[in-house]
Amino acid sequence: MNKLAKTVAAATALAALLATTAVAQDTPKQGGTLITMLGTNVRNLNSAVQSGIVTGFPGAQLFASPLRYDEDWTPQPYLAESWEVSEDGLKVTLNLVKNAVFHDGTPITSKDVAFSVDVIKAHHPFKAMFAPVESVDTPDDHTAILNLSKPHPALMLAMSGQLMSIIPQHIYGDGQDPKTHPRNNENVVGSGPFKLVEYKSGEHVILERHEDFFIEGRPYLDKIVMRIIPDPSARAIALENGEVHMSAFELSPRIINRLKEVEGLNVTDEGYGGVGPLDWLAMNTTRGPLQDVRVRQAIAYAVDRNFVIKALMLGTAKEARTGIHPDSPFYNDAVEAYDLDLDKANALLDEAGFPMQDGKRFDLTIDYGWADVKPQVEYVKAALKKVGIEVTVRASADFPTWATRMGEMDFDLSWDSVYNWGDPVIGVHRTYSSDNIGKGVWSNTQGYSNARVDELMELAGRENDPEKRKALYNEFQEIIANEVPLYPVNALPYHTIYSDKVGNPPMGIWATSAPIDRTYLKE
Amino acid sequence: MTFLQTLATRTFYALILLLAVLVLNFSMMHLAPGDVADTIAQSMGGADAEVLAQIRTDYGLDQPFLVQLGRYIGNVLQFDLGYSFFYNQPVTDLILSRLPATLLLAITAQLLALVVGVILGVYSARHPKGIASYFVTFLALFGYSAPVFWTGILLLIAFSLKIPLFPVAGMTDVTVEGGFWAHAADVARHMVLPVVTLSSIFLALYSRLSRATMMETLGSDYVRTAKAKGLSEREIVYKHALKNSLSPVITLAGLQFSAVISGAVLVETVFSWPGLGTLAFQSIIARDTPTILGILFFSALVVIVGNILTDLALRLVDPRVGR
Repeated sequence: MNKLAKTVAAATALAALLATTAVAQDTPKQGGTLITMLGTNVRNLNSAVQSGIVTGFPGAQLFASPLRYDEDWTPQPYLAESWEVSEDGLKVTLNLVKNAVFHDGTPITSKDVAFSVDVIKAHHPFKAMFAPVESVDTPDDHTAILNLSKPHPALMLAMSGQLMSIIPQHIYGDGQDPKTHPRNNENVVGSGPFKLVEYKSGEHVILERHEDFFIEGRPYLDKIVMRIIPDPSARAIALENGEVHMSAFELSPRIINRLKEVEGLNVTDEGYGGVGPLDWLAMNTTRGPLQDVRVRQAIAYAVDRNFVIKALMLGTAKEARTGIHPDSPFYNDAVEAYDLDLDKANALLDEAGFPMQDGKRFDLTIDYGWADVKPQVEYVKAALKKVGIEVTVRASADFPTWATRMGEMDFDLSWDSVYNWGDPVIGVHRTYSSDNIGKGVWSNTQGYSNARVDELMELAGRENDPEKRKALYNEFQEIIANEVPLYPVNALPYHTIYSDKVGNPPMGIWATSAPIDRTYLKE
Repeated sequence: MTFLQTLATRTFYALILLLAVLVLNFSMMHLAPGDVADTIAQSMGGADAEVLAQIRTDYGLDQPFLVQLGRYIGNVLQFDLGYSFFYNQPVTDLILSRLPATLLLAITAQLLALVVGVILGVYSARHPKGIASYFVTFLALFGYSAPVFWTGILLLIAFSLKIPLFPVAGMTDVTVEGGFWAHAADVARHMVLPVVTLSSIFLALYSRLSRATMMETLGSDYVRTAKAKGLSEREIVYKHALKNSLSPVITLAGLQFSAVISGAVLVETVFSWPGLGTLAFQSIIARDTPTILGILFFSALVVIVGNILTDLALRLVDPRVGR
């Protein structure tokens, strides 16, 4: 059995097991107020114009998307009860559910879908999602046909979670700028399972059940209270003393491990494959010794991924060998792993023409943009000293300072965290595409350019056959792993922590950036 | 100088000060590399170059520095603090919605520190060699040296987790039903830990100072005269000595008002108190210049008003002031 088949089999078995235990234990209950938390203020509740995990949680409750995804990355009907992709891949037809209404009672029609696509194309930060969508036809109220300039398989994931929020044309189509529309944070009229009661900046977002939601009997919860608690320790205490039922996107290894020991709390890292957050060591391939691929390979051999995962992340993070998240179906772990090998590293550096002189070969700098990853950076410094690379750590006063350095490619090495955001076309290509060199933070800041890689991304971006697409991404990941424009280390240890009282906690691939209409309270 | 004259000159200086605060801060924020477009991109999980450029155009960040500064000062002169890039709200609305929470926290903490500090100080001044006096000194040193965020977290662990008396975070519990009094009680319950934390530093200062001045006053001639007249000690301490030893404490309290506001940044962050402190912290992180400048403007205003109120209070306790 190959690896994929094994994973699928295991996932099916697990799903079956989960399904049976869920049935055996209890059936979902109606009612109750789920108390949960957000780590920062919400900039904008309108997820059609604002992405990110903070907006994602309220956004995906307020606004429905055409599709939703289950744990095995299979699209499921949501606002679209069915969909077809034409033979040539240039037409995607969505058949909307007939009984869907917005929170103000207005029916949700294909016109709203067309309007939402326009708004997202114009204002959503992820331009790659809908770039090939040329127009949307609306032959009747419940059919929307997306016309594409080329086959665009990424569209499927882009139509799920928080990425394609269907917003009402009769509210947001009044000519005001959708990014700063007065109805973005108050009197929101959405299409999702919950409607807005109140958003108080710095305090909370309160949502209540949308009685006329298009899925019969859902959502189960009456109310969701999202308390805004920026301090991770305070969030942990609130979970521990039972003031709060659930928190997603928790990142601190120490807190995660502590809460694992607390009775009545469950801790899981499932559900983050869609968001796909990765930590890596970025290398500026246009500067000094780093231009030589052997130097970059040597650095990869000298930096021990296991040390970071075991000692710094305290075992809470998964290993990541490529720029695609390990939970993604496109992840290829059969690439060069660069297990710690100082002899190999030294040999490669010698070969590249940087001989050791008095215990030193050359100098490099390393940057980091936020305090959490300072230990990683200090570790890289210590690890590279062993092979004669003298690393100076450059701190940044704040995020924008670091982001500017990265955007202008003013760095040698840097710790970086970049998210996949569903399909590789959305969040992976940007890092390697030679068209995207030095275009701000989280572009191709490594200055990496390889014609075959560009070609592979282009082909995979338009390949509708999943197996062929996977083969293209396999080759892509092999080349990237051999040329090391960056050294992937681990997936960010995002965890969902929830109390025993919570039934059906949000899993899927989008964690809480997806509707939680199935979540319920047991008492 | 009459009180009104003092007030007029002080207001004049205050206005110049405010302008300087704005210009200096605007320039300093501008000197740092990067801008709010980066943090907006961060909050969105990344953005294309085109989107970054669009954000900069939308907020006028692509304009030359002097144009931006001039535009900003011009707006402020029209009492418009601008529009928060990060929060998508007018800065004035944002600040006014957060100000009451901070004032409630800061004033309560300040009053608590003042009252308890003076009581402790006077007590230990009267019994300088007692065990209680050493205890007060210890408490004062501890409160002054311990970082507030640490004190805050320790109090949280003790009184929210181990002995769950108080809520962990926030100002209100949205599930509380009932009228005004139910909500007042709810806010009071949420306030206890942050107020105690914030007042711990100032408590130390006030108790040390009032102890010192009280001891000095108690050794002065008029107190000896009063004693010779046969007044009871209680009367001497509370009727004569206390008033005279209070004025340095009040002066200090006025000076500390700005420190209460800056202390609130840390305390509010630990307790997720929805005030100006958390807003200041988050807008600095987000490089949201209009909000930061707006908060500085408001805090400067609060400090100035606080100082003027201190002057007034001093006149009440000590009629020699302003004569």
